[in-house]
Order: sequence, then C-alpha cells, then structure tokens
Amino acid sequence: MNISRSISRRMPKGRHVVIGIPFIWLFLFFLLPFIIVMKISFAEADVAIPPYTEIYTWAEGQLSIILNLGNYIFLTEDELYLAAYLGSLKMAFISTLICLLIGYPMAYAIARANKEMQTVYLLLVMMPTWTAILIRVYAWMGILSNNGILNGFLMSIGVISEPLQILNTNFAVYIGIVYSYLPFMILPLFANLVKHDHSLLEAASDLGSSTFNSFWKITVPLSKNGIIAGCMLVFIPAVGEFVIPELLGGPETLMIGKVLWQEFFNNRDWPVASALAVVMLALLIVPIILFNRNQAKEMEGRA
Amino acid sequence: MAVASSTYKRVLEGDQQPKEVLVKIERVTKKFDETVAVDDVSLTINKGEIFALLGGSGSGKSTLLRMLAGFERPTEGRIYLDGEDITDMPPYERPINMMFQSYALFPHMTVAENIAFGLKQDKMPKADIETRVAEMLKLVHMTQYAKRKPHQLSGGQRQRVALARSLAKSPKLLLLDEPMGALDKKLRSEMQLELVEIIERVGVTCVMVTHDQEEAMTMAQRIAIMHLGWIAQIGSPIDIYETPTSRLVCEFIGNVNLFEGQVVEDHEAHALIDSPDLERNIFVGHGVSTSVQDKSITYAIRPEKLLVTTEQPSFEYNWSRGTVHDIAYLGGHSVFHVQLPSGKIVQSFVANAERRGARPTWDDQVFVWWEDDSGVALRS
Repeated sequence: MNISRSISRRMPKGRHVVIGIPFIWLFLFFLLPFIIVMKISFAEADVAIPPYTEIYTWAEGQLSIILNLGNYIFLTEDELYLAAYLGSLKMAFISTLICLLIGYPMAYAIARANKEMQTVYLLLVMMPTWTAILIRVYAWMGILSNNGILNGFLMSIGVISEPLQILNTNFAVYIGIVYSYLPFMILPLFANLVKHDHSLLEAASDLGSSTFNSFWKITVPLSKNGIIAGCMLVFIPAVGEFVIPELLGGPETLMIGKVLWQEFFNNRDWPVASALAVVMLALLIVPIILFNRNQAKEMEGRA
Repeated sequence: MAVASSTYKRVLEGDQQPKEVLVKIERVTKKFDETVAVDDVSLTINKGEIFALLGGSGSGKSTLLRMLAGFERPTEGRIYLDGEDITDMPPYERPINMMFQSYALFPHMTVAENIAFGLKQDKMPKADIETRVAEMLKLVHMTQYAKRKPHQLSGGQRQRVALARSLAKSPKLLLLDEPMGALDKKLRSEMQLELVEIIERVGVTCVMVTHDQEEAMTMAQRIAIMHLGWIAQIGSPIDIYETPTSRLVCEFIGNVNLFEGQVVEDHEAHALIDSPDLERNIFVGHGVSTSVQDKSITYAIRPEKLLVTTEQPSFEYNWSRGTVHDIAYLGGHSVFHVQLPSGKIVQSFVANAERRGARPTWDDQVFVWWEDDSGVALRS
C-alpha cells in the first residue's frame, strides 16, 4: 500500500500531463522564439547568414558574452520609432473604441434575440473570419480605391463628382481594422450579455428606473468584464497589425508593424527589428496582464 | 410565534374596522398567443392586508402578480390602485414594489447601494437617502452588512436585503413572488414569521404568490386559490380549509377523504347521502339543495376529523367498519390508513397525545366515525 502510494505520488498524474502539454506548447512556440528574438536584439547587424553577430563566443576555454544595447539606444535616438509606437497605440485605441461603439449594440441585440436567431446572427458575425484576412483586405482595396465600388456608387448617385481618396489613408486603415476585429469584440460581449439575469432589469424598472437608466446603471456595469475582454482582444493585435496598414494605409500611416517589416526585410537590420519587437511586447504586456487579471476575476466570480 | 397567532386571532375575531379597498382587479384576462394564462379574474385587495395567490404552476398566479407590477399588460380588463387606473402605467411609475423570487439583487452594488437604488431614481436628496437606507437596514437587522456585496450574503440575508429594497420607497402595495422559494425548509418557517412581522410593522398592503399552502396559511389573511387562470375560491385560511366550495379547493389544501354519493333525503335541517363506499348513510346537519335531476354529491372530510375507535359507535349514521391497512408514525401524529369493507382506503390523523398508549395496530378491526358537522358536502 505504502509503496504503491509513494510510487503513484512520484508518477506524473493525468492532470499534470493535461496541464503540461499546453505549457510545453507555449514554451516551444512562444517563449523559445521570443528568447531567440531577444538574443538577436542584443547582437550587431552583420553581412552574414544570418545577418547578425553571435552575442557569445567561446575562445581559449573562456566564454565571453557581449550584450549590445546599441539597438535599444538607437530606437530612442530616431524619432521615427517613437512616432510609430505612438501611432500604433493611437490607431489601436481609436479602432477599439469604434469597435466597442458598433459591437456593443450588436452584441446586445443578439443577446436579446430569441434562441434560434442567436445562432444565425452569431454565425453571420463569424462567417467573414472563414476567409483569409489577406483576401478580405484586398476586397476592401477594391471597394475603397478611386475607381472602386464605393466611389463608383457615390458618383453614380451624384453625391460626389470627383472620386474620394479613401484608400491609402488612415481612414482606410481604421475601416480595415474595425472590420477585421469586430467579431472579436462582439463575441465576448455577447457571451457576457447573454448571461444577464433579466429579472435585474425588471427589478430596476420596478424601483422606478427608466429603460435607458437601467441600461447605464445595470447592464453596462455588469458587462464590464465583457467590455474589457473585447477591448483587449481588439487592442492587443491591432497594435502590432501589419497587413491592414500595409495594404490600406498610405505614407501617413505610421504603425510599428510596418516599421518592423521594413527593418527586417528592407534594411535587413535584424537586431534593430528584434529590439523593436521586444519593446512592442513590453508595451503590450501591461494590457495583457490587465486582461488576464480580469479573466481570473471573471472565473472567480462565476465559481 | 406571537405574530402568526395575532394574525390568526384577527381572522378569528374578524376585523372590526371598515375595509378600505386598495387594489381592484376588474375582469382581467391575459393571453399569451393562444394560451389563456389569466381568465376573467376579478378581485379586491383591502388596505393593510396580506393577500396570497395560491396555486400550482400554470395556475396564472405569477402572471397576475406581474400584471400588478406592470411587467405584463392585461389583454382585457382594468386594474385600479387606490381608485386610479394603473392598467397602462409602466412599472417604473407605479407606487408598487416587488420582492423577486430570486431576489434580483444587483450583484455589482453593495447592500446599501441596492436599497438606495429606488430612492435615487426619485431624486431624493443624498442625506435623506442615507437616513432612509439606515432605517431600512435596521428594520431588517442588516445594519452591519451594509458594505457587503450580495454574493457575500447567505440566502436569508439576501432575502432581508430584497425586502428592505422593496420597502425603501414606501410603496402602496408590496408584491412578494414566491418569497421563500429560494430558502431551505428550516429557514423558511423562521423567515415566514419574520416577514409577516416586518410587513405588519411597516403596515404595507401585500400580495404574495406561492405554491406552498402552509406558507400562504401562515402568512396571509386572505387566500385566493387559483387554478388554470381562474380563481377557485377566495377566503381566510380557515374558510378555505374548513369550508371549501369545490372538490378542487379541498383537494388542493391539505389532505381529504372524499365520498361520492347520491342525496337520498334532503330537508332544510338535514340531508342524507348514500355512498357506495360506506355501509351507512352520511348524515349532514343542513340541507344541501341539489337539483331534481342530479342528486350526485361529494362528501369531503378531513383526516383529523375522521376518528378511529375499536368500539362500535351506537348511532345510526356517519360511521363504518374497517381494517387498519397501514400506519405512518410522524411523531406528533400518526396517519392511519383504514380499509373500508368496500375496499376504499381512508386516512385518519390520530394525535399521539400519549407517549405509548394502547391503540389499534396493523390488521385490527376498527371503526371510523365523524361528527354531523365535520365534513362538507360539495356539488362541484
């Protein structure tokens, strides 16, 4: 008995395996690549394959590690990078806000619809994501370009005589980001709103609160976790977004994803690009931690 | 206990004060698509009384309550509160507050904020709100929990908060939807008495919905029994238990033995009923006035009024031979299941007044008998 118990204590239990697999997955495909990027960010650019110097050398039985902080210092010296970071944050922030303004009423309406229609509406919300993002962004180019569908339509009904320059502006990037990330706002909001107890609104109404007031005093505060989850799911990827600003944006569009791309592929300066990526991650870690804490609280509240 | 007995006492003595009508429900019908939830119901509720709507699920009791609160509009009919037609008034304008079955406390607000919510909607000055909230917390003995959130409270505490919240605005009418539905049995009987005490102290008129007859009888001064959308009977708990007007009511409230029979003799002062279940006729101490064509009648007698004895009664009517089929010992009383010669099994409650008295046991030959005025003759 005792022996078998002590053996079973040492043996990995089923739940360790279950938890272990995603941990190993994250370690291999998230942490390890990040450590490599981190390592590159401390190297120096070099004309070689790969195009950077090793940060540690092994010579005459002695290990020497040279950490080059120059890339990080370089980021602070060139205003382009700061502007790109701020530009990305601004873009992501405004897009998130627009997503929330459009997504909340949609999620609310879906949550209040009858059960059979809910499935249909949710399917409609998710359906665009079945097509690759690249193709959908290309479709938007077709819609927004000077001789595209939108301008053609507006000119045919006589609202405008000259085509509007929408494509290759920040406005087009906003359209693209809001369009692409709207489902990620709607789904967590819906998941939250659909759980709301309708009797709370009845109670508020019974106590003298108008429908509008009940919405602000009861529904919105109770959907706080859904709002935070939705905003994070839009904001975090939007900050690092590359495809949409690249395809829909113009020269005025300054986003970190684009700058990162240029450093990697145009300048072939991997160390600076890596430093850019590391700083971006550091910036995003604050909202990610907030998001996780919110999720944990949500789970706790449910238990 | 003192409270319940005072309610009981008042019912027994009958209120001497003239009754003032607060709520008047006039021929109200509510249809959901083709389903009739409430069917042509009229009733009045007097100022200061606790009125219970008692019925099973689907009896329309909750729909009627929700129409009083304003969450449902009657398909037909009018509802008056204090003489004013409130049928089309939205819930937030009605001077009526409701305590919800699940309490519907706002989970993101503290106890004090929950209670203050209704007062804030009235744009009451902040200082007055604080005074009122403190007053309400004291009323329900929850002062020390003012800063807690609902999920930190026990079921009984949540109920107190819900009550305080619905009383904070001093409504003309308080609605209770299955007030004890979310509580366990022991807490239930405690809270019933406490709830009545608080309601009476505040002096608010109260309409409650319940499916639990014991709860209705403990708390309410008058009960309306609802069935399939209509009201089967309205009366005090004693009226409803002792003089039910229909088979439905007497079967719904408590246990009952029913004997189907034919009226064989019908006079002003007495009547005789012949039931195939009984060897002897049933003697009723009053006329039953049946129609000439249909003489069929049901005689209902409560188990505690059906007495079991081992000696043969000396009178002519109202008894029968029988065999003890089964005995259920319930502590305070035992339930005797006695099989009559006709095969029918009747129930009799025998109070266990002695700790170990000699009494009939299984398969004993016994006699069941009852007094002339113990049962009720029912024509429907």
